[in-house]
Amino acid sequence: MSNDNPARNTKVMNRFDLTSRLIAKLKHEEAVIGGIGNTNFDLWAAGHRPQNFYMLGSMGLAFPIALGVALAQPDRRVFALEGDGSLLMQLGSLSTIATLAPKNLTMVVMDNGIYQITGAQPTPGAAVADLVAIAVASGLTHSSWAADEDDFERLIEESMSAVGPTLIGVRIDDKPGIGTTRRDPVQIRERFMHGMGVREPL
Amino acid sequence: MAVAEEKTSPQTAEKSWHGIVLQTLKRNDIRLVPYVPDRVLTPLIKNLHADPYFTTFATAREEEAVGIVSGAWMGGMRSAVLMQTSGFATLANVLASLAIPYQIPLIMFVSERGTLGEFNYGQSLVCRTMRPVLDSLAMEHHTATRLDEFEFIVDRSIKQALTTQAPVALILSPLLTGGKVFDK
Repeated sequence: MSNDNPARNTKVMNRFDLTSRLIAKLKHEEAVIGGIGNTNFDLWAAGHRPQNFYMLGSMGLAFPIALGVALAQPDRRVFALEGDGSLLMQLGSLSTIATLAPKNLTMVVMDNGIYQITGAQPTPGAAVADLVAIAVASGLTHSSWAADEDDFERLIEESMSAVGPTLIGVRIDDKPGIGTTRRDPVQIRERFMHGMGVREPL
Repeated sequence: MAVAEEKTSPQTAEKSWHGIVLQTLKRNDIRLVPYVPDRVLTPLIKNLHADPYFTTFATAREEEAVGIVSGAWMGGMRSAVLMQTSGFATLANVLASLAIPYQIPLIMFVSERGTLGEFNYGQSLVCRTMRPVLDSLAMEHHTATRLDEFEFIVDRSIKQALTTQAPVALILSPLLTGGKVFDK
């Protein structure tokens, strides 16, 4: 399990707590893309905003979806929250993002080393892979592990004025998500488009 | 160089299948075109890169491209994805869990391999999965075989995808593009 990896000295934090800390910092209608499962459940539980997008499938696509939003709206800050298992499905997207280098994109990897929602099985990378090192090697040079909650908040703030995309790795515990997203994809998408200023409600 | 030739003779390019795609994308304000490349798509990809109107780039996987254009659509930017038949075969999950249920007007151009002179058995097998997948999801799809119908099919399909908020697959037959033939 990743939490036993001796190479790491980062604090084990909590997904809901970190997500709440992020949301509390958002004052400019920033977009937040929540990856499949617990990642978007905790985003939902942290307080629904029209600028939140919740994935109900398509595991691994939180960063690509966020990249699309970031390209479409270069003046808006876009955050993406993704689990370690999800990111392992789409490691190639890190290189794509590094190549396009949108400066308005901040990615957060919630790493507990397990597929919590399916029964806490360890991911194939849990014992050996360092996702932040993979991100750096993919060309995302502004990538780092958050040492603790204060460091996470500092890295989030730093990313808001960064000259390129930022990736923040956080080690988290094995707790499930706090809430459950309402599984209504059309309403989620429509509300998000209202939140992005693309559409007016009917 | 092929690109330079096409740039100096825009009329010829416009009457080719790839010229029609490029011009029809432009007319419909589609600026973002991620792709996983295919030999047949090469002239289209080259001309998209050469035209500053477009933001076009390679992705590592086709579903990554679908994620990107879904986000772009929700952010107010129109897009289309280019791929090959075998790439389409990797998309069933993202079509069923993102594009269709979230009502994303995903516009896909699929260069058809696996038929009309295919030399790789795996390509011909994977090609046979494409239309059953599209039909099982009740997705709009057209196979373009003739240049004289092509602009109509592309333009109307783009407009229908956007207005009905539903994905569409435009399959580019070797009858239209010439396809890829055994050369080595």
